Order: sequence, then C-alpha cells, then structure tokens
Amino acid sequence: MSELVIQNVWKEYGDQIVLENVSLTVASRAFVALVGPSGCGKSTFLRMLLGQEKPTRGTILIDGQPMPTEPGPDRGIVFQRYSVFPHLTVLGNVLLGKEFSKSRHKAKLFGAARRNAVEEARDLITEVGLSGTEQKYPVQLSGGMQQRLALAQALIMKPKVLLLDEPFGALDPGIRAEIHTLMKRLWHETQMTIVMVTHDMREAFTLASRIVAFERRRDRPEEKQRYGATITNDIAIWPPRQAGVPSIFSPDRDGPVAFLGHRRDDLALSGESSEAH
Amino acid sequence: MRWINTRPGRGTQLALMLLPFLLLAVAYGFGSAARLAENANDKLLPSLAGFADAIDRMAFVADQRTGDYLLWSDTRASLVRLFAGLGISTVIALLIGMAIGMLPYLRALLSPFVAVISMVPPLALLPILFIVMGLGETSKIALIVIGIAPTMIRDLALRVLELPREQIIKAETLGGSSWQIALRVLLPQILPRLITCLRLQIGPAWLFLIAAEAISSDSGLGYRIFLVRRYLSMDVIFPYVVWITLLAVVTNYALDRIRIVVFPWSELETQG
Ligand SMILES: Nc1ncnc2c1ncn2[C@@H]1O[C@H](COP(=O)(O)OP(=O)(O)OP(=O)(O)O)[C@@H](O)[C@H]1O
Ligand SMILES: [Mg+2]
Repeated sequence: MSELVIQNVWKEYGDQIVLENVSLTVASRAFVALVGPSGCGKSTFLRMLLGQEKPTRGTILIDGQPMPTEPGPDRGIVFQRYSVFPHLTVLGNVLLGKEFSKSRHKAKLFGAARRNAVEEARDLITEVGLSGTEQKYPVQLSGGMQQRLALAQALIMKPKVLLLDEPFGALDPGIRAEIHTLMKRLWHETQMTIVMVTHDMREAFTLASRIVAFERRRDRPEEKQRYGATITNDIAIWPPRQAGVPSIFSPDRDGPVAFLGHRRDDLALSGESSEAH
Repeated sequence: MRWINTRPGRGTQLALMLLPFLLLAVAYGFGSAARLAENANDKLLPSLAGFADAIDRMAFVADQRTGDYLLWSDTRASLVRLFAGLGISTVIALLIGMAIGMLPYLRALLSPFVAVISMVPPLALLPILFIVMGLGETSKIALIVIGIAPTMIRDLALRVLELPREQIIKAETLGGSSWQIALRVLLPQILPRLITCLRLQIGPAWLFLIAAEAISSDSGLGYRIFLVRRYLSMDVIFPYVVWITLLAVVTNYALDRIRIVVFPWSELETQG
C-alpha cells in the first residue's frame, strides 16, 4: 500500500546519459508494466526504485518520504535470474526473510517461533503452487518453479512495493500463463504496488493497470551518449483494472487483441495523464 | 562418431585409470632389474624386496636409539604440523577473505596488501622465521601459513565477489543486516569453496613443510628423507615419497567427501 512519486529523475553513468527527466506518479496498489527497447534503462530505473542506485538528479519519494539509499524489506524484488539462494531448500528460501526479521543475531529460528514461521512459509509455498517441493534445492526446480519460489520468498516480507525485472522472460508460454494467473490473484489479494519490467507486450496488457513506455527520443548513433530515454507513452488500461475489484466488463480478458481498436484512446489517455503531472 | 563424444564404459574407465600407475611400476621394475643385474649392490633403484625390507625396518621395528617406530613417529610429527598449518590458514582465510569480499572499506585497506604479500616467496622468509621464532614447531607451522594463507584469502575474496550481486540485493530486501547476510547467505556458500580451495593448497602445504623439516628438525617425514639421503637410501626415500603422496591423496579425497555430505547442494549445482 504505497505511492511512488518520481520527479525529474536523471541517471548518468559517467558521460552516458541513460535516463533523462523521468517523472511518474504510481498510485498505491497500481500495477505498472514498464516496456521499452533493450538498453533504454528499464533495469536502471528499477534499481533506483529499489534504492540500490541513486538518481543523478531528481527525487524519488515513497509515501511522501525520500527513497532510502539502500534496499530494504518494504520493497521486494524478483530478478530474471539469481533471485533464490542455491544453498537453501525451497522452505529455507521462503523462511529466510522471517528468520532475518525475527532473529537478529543468529538469523535462525528454533522451537515454536520456527514452527509458526514454517506454517506461514508453507501457506505461501502452496499459494504459489510449489507444495510438495519444500525440501528440494533450487537447482532441482524448473525455471518457472524457481521464479514462483522467488515470488513466495519476496511475498513473505509483505512488501509495500514489489519490483519485477523481466521475471517471466525465460518461461514457456504455458507456464507463463499459469504465473500470470497467479500474479493477478496476488495483486488483487495483497496490498502491494507492483512495477514490472517486461519485453512482452501481451504480458503487459494482460496484467497491468497501466503501461509506461521508455524510449530514446533521439537514437542516432552519435546522439546515443548525450540523450537518455524518457517516458514516451503512458497508457492506462481501459476499462480500468483496480486491485481487489474484479473487472465487470470482461472478467478474464487475456490479451492485447481487444485493445488494438483502442489505440487512439490509449494515446489520448496518455496525453491526459502526462498533463496531470 | 567424433572423438569428443566417445566415452569409456565403467570397466574400461577403471582399466584406464590403473594403466599409468601400472606402466610406471613396470618401467621401474625393468629399470631396477637391469641395474641390479649389472651391480647387485646398486642403491639407486632398489628391488621390491629391498623396499619391503626397508618398510619393515621403518614401520614395524622400533628404532634402537629412541625406541620409536620411525615411520609412525615421523608421520605423526609431520601431520601435526601440516594440519596445524592448514587449520590456521583456513581460519585466517575465511575471516579475512570474507571481510575483503564483503566490505568495500576493508577491501580498499587489505586487498592490495594481501596481493603484495602473496607475491613474497615464502621460502625466502624461512631464515627470518627461524631467527625470530626459533627452530621449533612454530616456525614450521608459520611457514605453511605464510605460504598458503595469502593465496587462500585472495581466492575466497574472489569467490565472495563472484556471487551474483542479485543474491545480496535480494537478501537486503528480505531485511537482512550485514551480519545476517554474512552468516546465512555468504558463509554457507563460501564454505564448500573453502574446502575446495583447501584441497588445492594441500600440495603447496606439503612443499613448505618438507622444506622446513629438511632444514631444521629432528623428526618428520621430510626430515627423514633428507637424513637418509646422505646414505643414498633410496629404499627408504621411495616408500616415504609414496607414503606422503598417499596421505595427500587421502586428505584430498576426504575433504571432497566432507563437502558433498555437509553441503549436498554444492554437488547438485556442479551436475546441473
Ligand atoms: N553500472 C553501470 N555502469 C555503466 N553503465 C551502465 C550500468 N548499468 C547500466 N548501464 C548502461 O545503462 C543503459 C541501460 O541499461 P539497463 O540495464 O537499465 O537497460 P534495460 O532497459 O534494462 O535493458 P534490457 O531490456 O536489455 O534489460 C545501458 O546502455 C547500459 O550500458
Ligand atoms: Mg534489464
């Protein structure tokens, strides 16, 4: 449950300007899909929302407070890879967040505290469809299962903001559809604001309540260094999706097809919403 | 089929594994027989019977002067030094290596220093060690530590740095403090690599141990070899060398088994 306000953010690496003048307000419980060509700075943007990196200029506020300068438990993340710990079992991976917060020095729980935590972890594992694999190690899971594990692991912290960086990019369409259903349910059931980077437009339109496109306005080779990417499109899905509110129009619309006809409206909408800033 | 795709079966694999050892033994047998045929008193390549005799003398007959069974007392003396050196190095490498890998401030402070120290030839320091610490056990153990700890520190620090950054970020988003992340995320993943690193240092550790024993000692496998060298006792030297090799091989194998039993996931990973 939290609002993200990004104000005139620039990000430069040395001489290279990656992002320029990005302003965006993400409402509480929104599900924003971030799209854009490879290398335009989507991951960089996500890293700034995480607190892993600082903007070169501009400010990022979370619930009105400046973004902390390091990652913390209120912002969860699922990366494309390496999100789970190879040396812990499925159960151990999901438990870890609990153990960090409940046991300052040993970072390990025993007795009743552990039983409670295990119970909570098992519920989450079932929730993401991994029950029965509690004692397996991540290498023994498929790619899709590992990503679901990463989700469960992040969710046990009950983060205010969930950041996803191409989390389902490597999965086959069947598994992806399954995870999409799961993501929708989680979004409706929890209080999280979600920002997801994706290359898959279909995924963006299936899941998000709002789609934000990053692009370089000038992309000639000699201009690459000097001009960064910025928001070129900001599309609110129509009819609106709201967390916790089932869609009355088409409860399970599932692809971009229905939206092709709405393109103009979408662009108009984007005009409206950028005026709003 | 391409050569890169042809694989030996189980039996063939075993035969292939034994073949070089067998060839070496046969070659030795021929060489020894040829020399002994020329001169029955030749000491350079003793016969099998000569070895058996020497082994019996060293291992199963008490030394007249001290009453010790020399092979065993030498082995004990050497292994105590070796394992003390390996143990101390392991602890040092774990503490400093993890710290360098984790903490940018300590990395800035120690990483170049350790890199330079690891370039100092340890044997060149041996005289200094003998002068400062005397000729006892301390200086021998210190030589092993100085010889292998810097390499181990650098290796472990690199391993920590090699861990995907994403894992540490993820641990931070799970609310872990530096200490908690070190304890639950880095340490368990570093330990199996520490064992592997230790296995690779067994060879160098023996090198430094034997060097130290050769120069100043009154017991130990290295001491014995260099002592009997004066009498050209190849019948003792060869079995000692084989015995040292065997000890090293067994240590190496045992450490690997320990890794697999204690950290089963590390084995799954290498297969995957
Ligand atoms: N740590 C860094 N140092 C220097 N340049 C960087 C760094 N991280 C990213 N960049 C540069 O910033 C630009 C954007 O990178 P980023 O990873 O954010 O792109 P992306 O939009 O996530 O791309 P993709 O869709 O391929 O993941 C790239 O040109 C990259 O070279
Ligand atoms: Mg990226």
